[in-house]
Amino acid sequence: MENNIIIELKNISVSFDGEKILDSIDLYIRDKEFVTLLGPSGCGKTTTLRIIGGFLQPEGGEVIFDGKKINGVPAYKRQVNTIFQRYALFPHLNVFDNVAFGLKVRKVPKNVIADKVAEMLELVNLKGFDKRKVSSLSGGQQQRVAIARALAIDPKVLLLDEPLAALDLKLRKDMQNELKNIQQKLGITFIYVTHDQEEALSMSDTIVVMDSGKIQQIGSPTDVYNEPKNAFVADFIGESNILDGVMLRDKFVRFAGADFVCVDSGYSTNENVDVVIRPEDVDVVSPEKAMLRGDVTNVTFKGVYYEIIVDIKGFKWMIQTTRFYEVGQTIGLSIEPNAIHIMKKSEYSGKFGDYSSFSEEYDTLDVNTEEEEDTETQKIDDETEEGLSVE
Amino acid sequence: MNKRTHSAPRRRGLSFLLDAPYVLWSALFIVIPLVIVVFYSFTDAEDNFTFENISAISNYGTTIRISIEYSVIATLITLVISYPFAYFMTKTSANAQRTQMLLVMLPMWMNLLIRTYAWMNILEKNGIINRFIMLLGGDPLKLLGTPAAVIFGMVYNYLPYMILPIYTVMSKLDPSLLDAASDLGSNAFQRILRVIFPLSVPGVVSGVAMVFVPSISTFYISQKLGSGKILLIGDTVERFIKTSYNYNMGAALSLLLMVIILVCMFVMNRFSSDDEEIVV
Repeated sequence: MENNIIIELKNISVSFDGEKILDSIDLYIRDKEFVTLLGPSGCGKTTTLRIIGGFLQPEGGEVIFDGKKINGVPAYKRQVNTIFQRYALFPHLNVFDNVAFGLKVRKVPKNVIADKVAEMLELVNLKGFDKRKVSSLSGGQQQRVAIARALAIDPKVLLLDEPLAALDLKLRKDMQNELKNIQQKLGITFIYVTHDQEEALSMSDTIVVMDSGKIQQIGSPTDVYNEPKNAFVADFIGESNILDGVMLRDKFVRFAGADFVCVDSGYSTNENVDVVIRPEDVDVVSPEKAMLRGDVTNVTFKGVYYEIIVDIKGFKWMIQTTRFYEVGQTIGLSIEPNAIHIMKKSEYSGKFGDYSSFSEEYDTLDVNTEEEEDTETQKIDDETEEGLSVE
Repeated sequence: MNKRTHSAPRRRGLSFLLDAPYVLWSALFIVIPLVIVVFYSFTDAEDNFTFENISAISNYGTTIRISIEYSVIATLITLVISYPFAYFMTKTSANAQRTQMLLVMLPMWMNLLIRTYAWMNILEKNGIINRFIMLLGGDPLKLLGTPAAVIFGMVYNYLPYMILPIYTVMSKLDPSLLDAASDLGSNAFQRILRVIFPLSVPGVVSGVAMVFVPSISTFYISQKLGSGKILLIGDTVERFIKTSYNYNMGAALSLLLMVIILVCMFVMNRFSSDDEEIVV
């Protein structure tokens, strides 16, 4: 059962206006698996989803569903349903009719429809909302209606296109749990598209990291976090200090002007590599006992920890520590062998993992997103109020 | 919410000043003329109150019947042409849509009278159509002066007023709704029936109103293309006022026209807001 492959993409390519959106994608998805396509906007993740959903025909390659090629099969004949980014609820129908839409199209008897809709609304905690107009619902509630509507026709695979992007943080976390629970309860395959690495890590069985139309890495959340394949993956998922290094011999690497014991092997002698060190894996020690020494250039309080930027021979490291260090203070760093991850050089080498540009620029970006979220806050308020009144 | 209630009293003085020109305008050009129409309808030539004009309306049964008939037929034909036209228009590229929109609007840049005169020339006994038929050896057709010509004139002149609102509503339709409908198993026909049509009803309603109202009250199209043989309510009103100087009877028929239009609008509005009425 575990290895029952439900969807397979073979050598899928798509281009738009001469620009390659997907470049020879190969991917298989197992039945009952929670797969996340993760990547920045424009990486091709939504395009991949639309190909599986049948809204887009690939220029080359095969889409295989349950062992059969379905390239030419239109969306309405596929046993795959989609949760759209902006929910795409029918504004002229109430909650009941939205959820019943797929069943009515299939000419299911009325009493069966009523039972199924009731069951679905209960599943998404919207019992008693049947007659409500969809425009009167909060973002979270609309999201639930969209889920109920897609699940009402018993799809084998559910495609979710950034379904939580429009919700605020708190609601997003709740919905993440809820979606995961629904997926496990119904035992169907979820293919989830997001650009939020945290969301991907906490929900998925398998993460497919994509960038510029190519799959960068496929693996479990722990795999992609602990063993990123290249600088892009290391940087996109979590924070990373990525340095140029030289593999002196097996389990021995030189970077930042010092030699370190590591756990990786299988590289040729003196091979140039990328070295990844996660900010939380660095220990701050007194400068005398340290492997590396540097000056603190920036300190940000993050609640649980301080995020400090340390300048070591011109390279800015990000380090997370629970103790406070002042700007200008010289500190020492110590790195355990298993905190060092070695990657082969790739096209992404040198592009990521240096925090020297980590400054006001990022702060202004943050301000903007917060303002956007403010408008959403009202929606949660509504959500919680309505939630209470129903219970 | 709080902000709005706070600032309302302060703004009242200013908003009164800003509203004044419009209130004055409405009073001068809408309310007062309406009152005059009502006054004339219920008085005789000596300004004495009477129901005679109103009861005389029953003499114009045929006129009223064909007015309603022709304008309803014209509205339906316009709708049947416009709906698919607007639908397929939204399926074309943005540039093609702009061009088509321009072509739809183009005739409207010309005066209605001139366009109607042009059609008289095309349809008349020695007009282009008949000359062409005769060239092919056929007998000339009687085109001008028929109900068909009048209805054609209405359809031709008011077609843009139907296409525009339907097109506007359809082009604003969120394409992801159609994706969602296919996703849930509807084929092209079911998508039109279950999503596109219900969501385009507001456009249809305003299109119908914008075609029906000028059609039922027209007098020019019927006079020119009907060769004076087809009298609609509008023609009758014109005759009373211009030829027999019977303002009272003209006003009574105008009032009737207004009532017909108001009833139609009321029915149409009920139809379009049906959904909300049930839910709320």
